[in-house]
Amino acid sequence: MSAVPVPVIAQAPSESWPLPDRGVVGMFAVIVAESTIFLIFVVAYVYNIGRSVSGPTPREVLDLPIFNSICLLSSSFTIWLAERALKKGAMRTFIGWWALTAALGAIFLVGTGLEWHKLIYKDGLTISTNLFGTTFYSLVGLHASHVIVGLVMLSLVLAFALAGKVGQEHRQRIEVLGLYWHFVDMVWVVVFTVVYIIGR
Amino acid sequence: MADSTLPIDGPVGGTIGVPHEVEDVPTWGERLHEWVTTVDHKKLGLMYIGYGLLFLLVGGIEALLIRLQLFFPNNHFISSVVFNRLFTMHGTTMVFMVGMTIIIGFANYLVPLMIGARDMAFPRLNAFSFWMTALGGLFLYYSFIGGVGLQGAGSAPDFTWWGYAPLTERAFSRGHTADYWALALIVQGFGTIGAAVNIIATTFSMRCKGMTLFRMPLLVWLNLVVAGMILTTISPLTAAQIMLTIDRYLGGHFFDSQAGGSPLLWFHFFWIFGHPEVYVLVLPAFAIANEVIPTFSRKAIFGYPAMVAASVGIGFISVSVWAHHMFTVGMKPASNAFFVLSTELVGVPTAIKIFNWIATMWGGRIRFTTSMLFATAFVAQFLLAGLTGIMLSVAPWNWQLHGTYFVVAHFHYVLVGAIVFCIFSGLYYWYPKMTGKLLDERLGKWHFWLFLIGFHMTFDLMHIPGLLGMPRWIYTYQPGHGWEIWNQLVGVGAVFQAVAMLVFVYNLVHSYLKGTDAGPDPWDAWTLEWFTPSPPPAYNFATEPVVRSRRPLWDIKHPEDPDWKYE
Amino acid sequence: MFSLRATMFHPGEKVNAKRKFLVSRGIRHLTCGFISMFASGVAWAQTASDGIARTQNPFHPHSSSAHLIQQLSFFTLAITGAIFAVVAGLWLYVVIKYRQHGSNEQMEEPPQIYGSTQIELAWTVIPILIVVVLFLTVARILFALQDQPVPQNALHVDVVGHQYWWEFRYPSYGFITANELHIPLGEPAGTVTTGLKLLSADVDHSFWVPSLYGKVDTVPNKENDIVLDPTQTGVYEGQCAQFCGTAHAQMLLRVYVQTPEEFAAWAKRQQDTAIEDPAVAQGRQVFETQSCVSCHTIRGTAAHGRFGPDLTHLMSRDTIASGLISNTPENLKRWIEDPEAIKPGALMPAMQLSGDQIDQMVTYLATLK
Repeated sequence: MSAVPVPVIAQAPSESWPLPDRGVVGMFAVIVAESTIFLIFVVAYVYNIGRSVSGPTPREVLDLPIFNSICLLSSSFTIWLAERALKKGAMRTFIGWWALTAALGAIFLVGTGLEWHKLIYKDGLTISTNLFGTTFYSLVGLHASHVIVGLVMLSLVLAFALAGKVGQEHRQRIEVLGLYWHFVDMVWVVVFTVVYIIGR
Repeated sequence: MADSTLPIDGPVGGTIGVPHEVEDVPTWGERLHEWVTTVDHKKLGLMYIGYGLLFLLVGGIEALLIRLQLFFPNNHFISSVVFNRLFTMHGTTMVFMVGMTIIIGFANYLVPLMIGARDMAFPRLNAFSFWMTALGGLFLYYSFIGGVGLQGAGSAPDFTWWGYAPLTERAFSRGHTADYWALALIVQGFGTIGAAVNIIATTFSMRCKGMTLFRMPLLVWLNLVVAGMILTTISPLTAAQIMLTIDRYLGGHFFDSQAGGSPLLWFHFFWIFGHPEVYVLVLPAFAIANEVIPTFSRKAIFGYPAMVAASVGIGFISVSVWAHHMFTVGMKPASNAFFVLSTELVGVPTAIKIFNWIATMWGGRIRFTTSMLFATAFVAQFLLAGLTGIMLSVAPWNWQLHGTYFVVAHFHYVLVGAIVFCIFSGLYYWYPKMTGKLLDERLGKWHFWLFLIGFHMTFDLMHIPGLLGMPRWIYTYQPGHGWEIWNQLVGVGAVFQAVAMLVFVYNLVHSYLKGTDAGPDPWDAWTLEWFTPSPPPAYNFATEPVVRSRRPLWDIKHPEDPDWKYE
Repeated sequence: MFSLRATMFHPGEKVNAKRKFLVSRGIRHLTCGFISMFASGVAWAQTASDGIARTQNPFHPHSSSAHLIQQLSFFTLAITGAIFAVVAGLWLYVVIKYRQHGSNEQMEEPPQIYGSTQIELAWTVIPILIVVVLFLTVARILFALQDQPVPQNALHVDVVGHQYWWEFRYPSYGFITANELHIPLGEPAGTVTTGLKLLSADVDHSFWVPSLYGKVDTVPNKENDIVLDPTQTGVYEGQCAQFCGTAHAQMLLRVYVQTPEEFAAWAKRQQDTAIEDPAVAQGRQVFETQSCVSCHTIRGTAAHGRFGPDLTHLMSRDTIASGLISNTPENLKRWIEDPEAIKPGALMPAMQLSGDQIDQMVTYLATLK
């Protein structure tokens, strides 16, 4: 049977051949795709501001979710602290910050849930009420679903870490997850600006 | 041909022994299991291509039925409802189930081989992407038997592949037509985005030693650009389809004009996807030509950096041209003018590409294998497709041409004249690598000439009824406009193409069973995939290759005059 | 009947004085040969079996705007034709000159040339220059067409696209008609006489009468405005050019360009309420007691529906079913019996009337001149 020469072309350069981590590259690609999806929903939201033919209007029913936003945004900081702890090998510190990150994310979700409950049962605003309802629940819901996905992954890592299965060798994977979480936070800044400041 | 044709005395740096022990012949069940569970980029690539070819036949049959109906004016062979379903399914199938899958299949198969990698960056994501894509297609076609059943052609979508709102809203599309369509494209969209993420991570993180970005074969470069474009073009479609689904299932009002929503939003979202999509499909076709033309002209590609720059340029410009599909929706003249300019500017990088291909052939020694025939025809046809594109970019004239058969002819010139021709070229070129057998050249020539005649008969002549004012999407027409004869000739051309396809399918099967052994490098080519046996083993390369130039195999074959001296 | 010249491009034809900037004479001469070749390919006898000369061909322009578009198209064709000749010539030369003679083996590789920056620059700059020239020409004509002012005394018509017919409202005259738009010819011919406001009642449609103007979509919740500046009286055919549903293929329309006197007479007749003829009271009663009235209007009767075409002067129209069949009592009868058989997907239901009822109703409708 045929034997094929292996393409060692010229002498192998001895210098190292550093390539970016595939997880990081992949996550950046995912973030680009996700950003585009969010962009489209944001455009739909902005385009339809004030076009609803019936109430309720954003000004009537929306309150600024300040506490929620502070929780979510500070979780970006705590996850960074957790990553730094992992880099140093301080596992207890890592678990502490990581758990706090997940808790802050959970608080945000609960806050969104309470807001929606009020909107639906007190203000009578559902996704089919008017254009505002449709675009509001879609955009905020799209973001919340990303928080849920992030929270699931954060909890998984937390469970593994508590079981002692997370070590420094997982640094890069944790970093990839961290990237996702930062992205979710950044999106909230945009959503907050569009929905609660421009749109209100 | 079984042995390496490479001018090398004995193995350099070790050999890849092809494992050839006596094995148990796997049962059909085992084989099926192996293919279904595989995460090997080559198997997945082949499945993508095979899946695409299957749907090419399905979409082709739909096209034949459409042509049959239009053969005579006032024809009632097919009812208007079924006709509307047919052209909607034809368009959706050809773009998503054929174009996207075959180009992703080629990328899957070739990118890791060409950059000296053993697999894609995320093999399991790769399998996931394929199965999402596959299920999307099956889901779409289930619409034919879903709903009222086959007799009424089921609930297949019937609102054109643009699905212009508000026609897709519940008020105007009852039943589940738009649901099948939207969900199928959402599912497939996730698969496609997954594939793009994978291609990007692979090209950035899996290159073998010495394979710098500017030593990557152009095919890899173009697929990298395409993957980047997929991230920003398929996502808007996915988002818009999610909105449509929210409208239909949750009572939303995104595109509901009664509640103040605007169909314009859909137009924009769709074309922000829709136009770059054309480049997503055509750049991989260019990518194939970029490999085939140099090999059979026996020359390095002319102007490699210019080709890379032009591809990246197309990638960027193409996201700013979408509204040239919307010259007739009543935009302000300044907006129209902007999109005229951006559209005509896309012509510049495309012109550069055409000139570079011609310059590559210039001074070469062109070997007209079937693969090269398809690639050569592609260059001329793409020139013409580009020029009719320029005509369509002239907004005032576009008001006359838009929505007529002129547009249909124009984009089929791109989709068939460029993309399908390049896909055939690529299949004749890499089939030996994929199967170990050469495709039969005599049958190949029959395939080429029949297809060429059919193509020109159909799509050259199809411009004319468009110029005479025949709109697209009409299931029947009144006599007396001078459209009849052209529709009939176009129909005859379609039959030629169908016969050519049968020859091709026969060739695929025949050559697989009885073809000549190809050996590792049947075309005397220069990129890394030809350094593996045909077909390559699961691990591709026993030892990771190291390269010093864009044409590693040229360096080996011509040690006295290697490329790296000039780069 | 109306007679139409099978006009093709006449370089000397007087279009509109203010559009002299068009395309320079030189280019016209340059394009002439190419054009006449092309024109012979698209010229077509346009007289159908009903004896009405009509045209639905963008290359038979009968308005100043359509002429302008046609000239722009010839200019574009000339440029793209020249590009094609040069590049395809190069391609052909290369394919013939450099093909391999003899077998593959034992042949030396040709000299390897990797590229040339000067050449790349040249074939980047030349296309850019062509694009600039083309763009400037297009932009001038684009603005000229879209910014045309509507004269004070112009006729205003609201065009409303419906699934699958056209509603034409003449607000200043106070009547509504369907599928056949009547507009006056200007004095002098070729000046703007009519402003159209394009609207949609349901989904997207596209208003297209190739001989008079390019297509413009009617989009729900959006208003588009165009002007018509016909150069000649006649009947111009068009059809919906944006897919709008099952019967899209049969959503035809006609524009009647009439002399100002003819138009005034027509408009005056349209303003009248419907004829009341006691001889057909039975048919009228059938019409008024069936659900016809919930979709159709006949001014002067109890019928005030807005969903279907206004029938007040039904018999003043040459066609029914939105341009699909000629308006004869036999066709009317067939249509009322079973619209689906003539126009699949039409939203008008078969009313399940007895033969007598249909006969009475058609007799009544036939009086609505």
